[in-house]
Amino acid sequence: MTIRFNDETFRDDYTFRNSPAAIRRFPFPFDQDSYMYSVNIEPHRRIRAGSVFEHRFDVDEHYVAEMRDRAITLTEDPLRCQSLPHMDLAGWDFVELVMVSKAEDYPDLFELHRDGDRWHWINRPLGIDQRFTFLDPTTLPCGPMEYITRQTQGDHALLDQREGNLWMDAGMVTSQADWSLDFDIGMNFYEWHAPVPKAHEMGVFQRALKFLLNLQQGAPVRRLNWTMTVNPRLDTSPENYHKWGPEKRTINAENVGAKQHLRVELQTLWRLPRSNAIVFPIRCYLMSLEDIVTVPKWGRRLHRVLRDLPDELAEYKGFAVNRPLIVDYLAKHDDGAVTSAGIFPDD
Amino acid sequence: MTARMLCVTGVQPISPLVTRFRLEHPDGQALPLFSGGAHVVVEMPDDGTLRRNAYSLISDPMDGSGYEIAVRREDAGRGGSRFMHHCVRPGDRLRVTMPTNLFALDLTARRHVLIGGGIGITPFLAQLRQLQRLQRPFELHYAARSRDEAAGLRLLPALPQIHVHISSEGNRIDPGAILSGQPLGTHVYTCGPVGLIEAVANAGARLGWPKAALHSEAFLAPTPGKPFQVTLAGSGRTIAVGAHQSLLEALEANGIAVDWSCRGGACGRCETRVAACHGRIEHHDHWLSGDQKAAQATIMPCVSRFQGSALVLDLQEAQ
Repeated sequence: MTIRFNDETFRDDYTFRNSPAAIRRFPFPFDQDSYMYSVNIEPHRRIRAGSVFEHRFDVDEHYVAEMRDRAITLTEDPLRCQSLPHMDLAGWDFVELVMVSKAEDYPDLFELHRDGDRWHWINRPLGIDQRFTFLDPTTLPCGPMEYITRQTQGDHALLDQREGNLWMDAGMVTSQADWSLDFDIGMNFYEWHAPVPKAHEMGVFQRALKFLLNLQQGAPVRRLNWTMTVNPRLDTSPENYHKWGPEKRTINAENVGAKQHLRVELQTLWRLPRSNAIVFPIRCYLMSLEDIVTVPKWGRRLHRVLRDLPDELAEYKGFAVNRPLIVDYLAKHDDGAVTSAGIFPDD
Repeated sequence: MTARMLCVTGVQPISPLVTRFRLEHPDGQALPLFSGGAHVVVEMPDDGTLRRNAYSLISDPMDGSGYEIAVRREDAGRGGSRFMHHCVRPGDRLRVTMPTNLFALDLTARRHVLIGGGIGITPFLAQLRQLQRLQRPFELHYAARSRDEAAGLRLLPALPQIHVHISSEGNRIDPGAILSGQPLGTHVYTCGPVGLIEAVANAGARLGWPKAALHSEAFLAPTPGKPFQVTLAGSGRTIAVGAHQSLLEALEANGIAVDWSCRGGACGRCETRVAACHGRIEHHDHWLSGDQKAAQATIMPCVSRFQGSALVLDLQEAQ
């Protein structure tokens, strides 16, 4: 398999584009014409060759550019990457999980050679050739979690399990939907979910936490989450709200199709072996409305979902101000035809 | 629950009652690593009855070449440990689940104090290897009634941090003495008889330890009891639970799938709703709160039993 990596930006001139192939494999998050919160967790099994669910850690045409964007964000704000001292072991567990998975799933892009604790890692797309000693942090240029998450698309939270709860005690967060690692670090599961409306009354978090505390090694799970973002910007952080918040006001009827993006997170959860911690990769996929409507089923369905969404959810997801423009645009691509079940395109 | 068939490659008596078993992948593949305190559930096809018992892993968590467990023969138990002792030989195959940890080290601790009584020493055998590898300060206390019974003496390495307390030799373990004077940020872990766990909890409370710094695991196996019956709300079918059978085992024997993990009343996975209860549920688990137990609206079928005229479970039969 060969991937042509895009030379593109996620800020300033926003040259980010999805190729026709990337559009087809976009993880459209709605399996029916309406949306409400649910735990919606399923096993993270390999399905559908070519889809984002084919491999444990999806690598796509945006990989190199996303890692470049992450490096810019980290230079401006090093606190986007933090690891409390007791999380080193979990960081090493994650190094192993990513390197083993990528070397097996993408042998032409990544190689891992292990001789006991002496490891040799080759990352061709990023031009990295690293020999190091597993569990010896002095043999890597930075901490183990930072090292591997500078080479892995998506944000990553490492959750420690103790006192019958999960604690966000380490993470790399540069492509987030308006939440802050620096604010959440050290919080438990209920604390970091406190701002989410409606779900608490529904008991969603209690059930989700109980499920996650029992997450088994070798049996990762996944779910999709979504929001809306103006311009293809990865770093929609509270820290930089002054940069991207005003961009919400640049939307009009002429540019909404090109500038308004559906932002989908492929969230996976993995039990780690040595540390008993959980790693929570949050992989972000962006697609403009005008690309979405090239798949007729998605255009129809997105129109119905956004039109009927409760106000507080549109408010929480931060696009209430532009909802009328978005719904008007999508209405032109909804002929009222019945849509098929499931998230994938019809043909 | 993911499980794999492993090969028994070693059966070694450690004491009159305790035997060590080594399990390896039949093709020599590496097994998943684990964290200190983790257990596996071993399936035992015992003369038509499928038993599943949880055992702490005692081998090095960083060594995937095999898993080791130490099994104490419980002559008054339901039969799982007797099966392991009498029927399992090198070369046999046993189905074993992935490791799960309900008794993990709190890695935020500045110092770890491990207290094991009797066969309760087992989770600490893996934990102390993890602590050594991580170079964290720790001490381990092992309590046993007599030297003959003390299987732990043959399982523990010779380390200055390890202290042995043999009560028949007048050296009874004193939790108050162990806990007093520990530096701030110390965590204590106790595994063994309920009396030992309570003694450590009491000493901790008396000395003002934070609750979150006191960890314990009772090696809770389902206890035998009187036979009883349950009814399934969906089909109205009645299931008989034998004296030496857990409710979970009886449901499984009748083809009723219930999700499970630890089978010891600790993880919460098999929690089952009660549709009607005329009688008293004997709650033996550590999962439900006191209020939940009193309400008799849920039961943990892995360890809990029932006495009375009718217990109706909110379970559906697979089509």
